[in-house]
Amino acid sequence: MLGQSLLASGLKWQKLERVYMPFMEYEAVIGLEVHVQLKTRSKMFTRAPYSFGHEPNTLTDPVVLGMPGVLPVMNHEAVHKAAALGVLLGCEIAPRCKWDRKNYFYPDSPKNYQISQFDQPLCLGGSVEIEMEGPSRNVMGAHRHVQLTRIHLEEDVGKLTHFTNDSLVDYNRAGAPLCEIVTEPDMHSADEVFAFMTAIRNAIVSAGLSDCDMEKGQMRCDANISVRPVGETKLGTKVELKNMNTISGVRNAVAYEIKRQVFAKKNNTEVIVQETRRWDPVQQVTQSMRMKEESHDYRYFPDPDLMPVEISTEVLQKIRAELPELPFDRQRRYMESYDLPYTLTSVLCPDYELSVFFEAALAATKGKGEPKAVANYICNELLRDLTAAEGEGRAPLAESVITPAHIGELVALIHDNVISKQIAKDVWAEMSHSGLMPATIVEEKGLKQEQGDSGELEALVAATVADPKFAKAIGQYKDGNDKALNSLMGPIMKATQGKANPAQIVEMLKKAVDGA
Amino acid sequence: MVLPVGCKVFGLFLSMAETDLDIDYVARLARLALSDEEKQTYARQLNQIIGHMDKLNAVDTEGVEPTAHAFPLVNVLDADEPREPLPIADVLRNAPESRDNQIVVPKVVEDA
Repeated sequence: MLGQSLLASGLKWQKLERVYMPFMEYEAVIGLEVHVQLKTRSKMFTRAPYSFGHEPNTLTDPVVLGMPGVLPVMNHEAVHKAAALGVLLGCEIAPRCKWDRKNYFYPDSPKNYQISQFDQPLCLGGSVEIEMEGPSRNVMGAHRHVQLTRIHLEEDVGKLTHFTNDSLVDYNRAGAPLCEIVTEPDMHSADEVFAFMTAIRNAIVSAGLSDCDMEKGQMRCDANISVRPVGETKLGTKVELKNMNTISGVRNAVAYEIKRQVFAKKNNTEVIVQETRRWDPVQQVTQSMRMKEESHDYRYFPDPDLMPVEISTEVLQKIRAELPELPFDRQRRYMESYDLPYTLTSVLCPDYELSVFFEAALAATKGKGEPKAVANYICNELLRDLTAAEGEGRAPLAESVITPAHIGELVALIHDNVISKQIAKDVWAEMSHSGLMPATIVEEKGLKQEQGDSGELEALVAATVADPKFAKAIGQYKDGNDKALNSLMGPIMKATQGKANPAQIVEMLKKAVDGA
Repeated sequence: MVLPVGCKVFGLFLSMAETDLDIDYVARLARLALSDEEKQTYARQLNQIIGHMDKLNAVDTEGVEPTAHAFPLVNVLDADEPREPLPIADVLRNAPESRDNQIVVPKVVEDA
């Protein structure tokens, strides 16, 4: 590229930039700060209850409200889950860490400081495996690891709602356990950021550490974005982006901000200054928040009310043993051990509940039936029904009438030639209404496949082969097109009300045609 | 821990020179409106505190673990068992103004 070859000539890019600005190639450098609320029943430093969706200010206590004389006591489960998050993402867990006060004045924090971790975070390093979009839906995209800097454990702050003349404060969220995951400036496009957010959410939800619903504020993301000429190694002036409330919103905001910065540099329309910008999801633009630099002077100091935490090797081993595999590891296992195609694994694996459902259904076949058949029923029939049941999105798996046992038994019945795939469709329709087990439905409705070559079936096959309507297809079959005989299957299956064994009919057809 | 002279800690400058303390900046961070007289008083007092820090800095602490506590205690943790929250009436009792069970504050925007 032009930028690189000119840089190679030993000139400084700043100088080059002035002359060649419109022709320079720019790259974006992006680092993220992802906040994740841990799934606990009570708050981080007090036992006030915490969960989403309660009436304002009904989940507080004197500690949350920063009343004089109160003392914080740390939540064991929050520390345990934060350490589990670190282990999950391959971080080094600090053998000892402490908590600090981050001092600032803002109504979201009633005690005028937030308890956080400054210089001794709980987790260091680590990485998140991401997958870029593939060339098509059934082809796996490129994978790579995004490096993490650190993860620390802190308390969430209250929620402000702004009105024309005043603002309202709800402290329900204040004090909830919150992990801040900081990445290295390791991403270079909005699509990579999207892949990162998707991957980290799937991993954390799978491990049961958080529900990561961005619209409920359980996962939030700030992005630091700068651009620089390709080939330059120093980082450009960074802009911090806030207020992105969905994973797609993060992608759109980052894409917009990169475009804005590159345009400004190429056309010299404005100087990129270090600032905080807010994503406006309605206008789809970022806007300066005009924050004063001194508001970032947090004067951290160790919180004298909290003792340090030490996590032993034994505890870490226990945490590691209890964690499920990461979604991408699960996907590789499904592809290798079960020979499932990428398309099916990319539906099952990112969704932990669905993969648990699949494994339970597979176990319920008791070895009778292909994993692929089980996966197909889940990814096609089951998800179709669950989506149809809900106006928007998908009904929860827990509400499904069809259980793993239903699917396992159905697949086993097909495998044992008790019913055909065609009849299985009727059984599915029946069991998704009544919830009856497939074997019961087959028994009660007399759906069992006819076995053996009864004279009736033989006559039916002979009549079909003799039918001049199928002369052409039979001709094609004789010319070597095996599939041509499939057109004769339909009428036979119909005549037997789907109870005939398709494999058996194919054999009989072949015999009849070859013998004729 | 030896902090170099001029190192910024807690928003203050550690220095022997009294003029390094920016009392206006410190007051602004603490949201305090001070009269000129108060500024002089607090600047003098803060400088004495910083002077004391310099004394502490002079002590050789090579090889001593920094700590915020005098007790060798770790892992003071509580089980994740929620207790009754504070009734909403009590929550709002100290608020100068409330509406819709929320606390009313002057319009705050991030660019404050």
